[in-house]
Amino acid sequence: MPKHETPLLDELESGPWPSFVSDIKAEAASRAKNEKNVEFQIPVDVCDDLLGVLELSYKHGRTHWKHGGIVGVFGYGGGVIGRYCDQPGMFPGVAHFHTVRVNQPGGKFYNTAYLKQLCDLWEFRGSGLTNMHGSTGDIILIGTQTPQLEEIFYDLTHNMNQDLGGSGSNLRTPADCIGSARCEYACYDTQSMCYALTQEYQDELHRPAFPYKFKFKFDGCPNCCVASIARSDMSFIGLWRDEIRIDQAAVAAYVGGEIQPNGGAHAGRDWGKFDIQKEVIGLCPTECMRYEGGKLEIDNKECTHCMHCINVMPRALRIGNDRGCAILVGAKAPILDGAQMGSLLVPFISVEDPYDEVKEVIEKVWDYWMEEGKNRERLGELIKRQGFQKLLEATDIEASPLHVSEPRSNPYIFWKEEEVEGGWERDVKAYRKDHLR
Amino acid sequence: MATDEQKKLIVEALEKKTGKSKFYLKDFYTMIPDLKPRAIKNIVNEMVADGILEYWSSGSTTLIGLKGVGKQAGAEHED
Repeated sequence: MPKHETPLLDELESGPWPSFVSDIKAEAASRAKNEKNVEFQIPVDVCDDLLGVLELSYKHGRTHWKHGGIVGVFGYGGGVIGRYCDQPGMFPGVAHFHTVRVNQPGGKFYNTAYLKQLCDLWEFRGSGLTNMHGSTGDIILIGTQTPQLEEIFYDLTHNMNQDLGGSGSNLRTPADCIGSARCEYACYDTQSMCYALTQEYQDELHRPAFPYKFKFKFDGCPNCCVASIARSDMSFIGLWRDEIRIDQAAVAAYVGGEIQPNGGAHAGRDWGKFDIQKEVIGLCPTECMRYEGGKLEIDNKECTHCMHCINVMPRALRIGNDRGCAILVGAKAPILDGAQMGSLLVPFISVEDPYDEVKEVIEKVWDYWMEEGKNRERLGELIKRQGFQKLLEATDIEASPLHVSEPRSNPYIFWKEEEVEGGWERDVKAYRKDHLR
Repeated sequence: MATDEQKKLIVEALEKKTGKSKFYLKDFYTMIPDLKPRAIKNIVNEMVADGILEYWSSGSTTLIGLKGVGKQAGAEHED
């Protein structure tokens, strides 16, 4: 017999998709049974009360959470998000229901022992409910009470070699793709750079430093598996600046059907014989490829690193050898202003430990944003408000045609008076000699 | 390392504010003249560690105010 009747939530379980309601009910049942004899440090019926308050919110059509608070762990200004219920008498199990953000391992590499340890900690000191992962990448531990926070922090840092993630107006937990650990497309070691910058900017990660949130994300190649171009204020996308390496024999094997395109993906139905003209050459966005006389040619200076040809024929085409990354800035989700994609700031930068060149760019961007950004204004919104040219000036980066995303549509770059011969002044009489009114 | 004089300027500026008890980090920039934002940030964070100021976070934004001032600590029994 459930503690609270939940007819509205029950409907959410009736669809064809897995339901979070079923998951919470399963955890509620597990806590009630307590087969492992856990000495729960927060109420055993926390999940029942969570279902109860959710049901009430559906019934009333408004939330019963009071979001935000002063809670945290000593020395940190992020990583814990306070949450309280406005009906603590009805739902004492969720009177406090704070969230803890944990910095996920690089590339989200885990072993099962680690995950078990994490789950045991969270059943012991929290609700047992997790979100793997939040949209920034953190491991999200959902629902605990204030007295548990320091204990959880101690266990994470001392017994699990694990730190809290970012929240509030901090640097948010940096996120990276799996990188060269497993992926041959990686143009730089994303995990190394993500780790190095996480260590370098510990103060910004754990204490508020900025007008609003700031996200780094590291993608090893333009496939952008962590979607850095869309989801981070500063996006580091691996690329090469020489030539795509071509293995002509492997190209012939793809054309002859001996190697499956796309690494054998999309093989669930018969798409017909592989057609290199239709599936690769014809889809190149800059039309920089041709296949004639059994030979594939690429005009590399026209290549925009879209990755399509490499993705289709990974055994025939490989990333170049002169590798680094591009830095894009200003992407964000549509919280205050609309969603924005990143804009190219640094077309190519070398990516070598200790990443000094990269840090120099980061710190110039931060100084500019900290000085000029309004409260709760993301970097992308500031760039939009002041113009990309201001950012170029702040970062000492010379404007180039690469900074123009489309001709005549993004007026980022303007001439200044001192850059134009004769300035803005002119001799009107001399002009009128050749140009009648 | 923040000086006592710098801390005093911040506390006095906050005590003069009426109507609000929590402020954005940027609001602190003007409380100590001639310091860069990064230096002010360091002073503010040091004052939190000292127990003079405290953070309030919504999860997405952080506000900062004098410790114990405002409604929430009492309302949530966090004082």
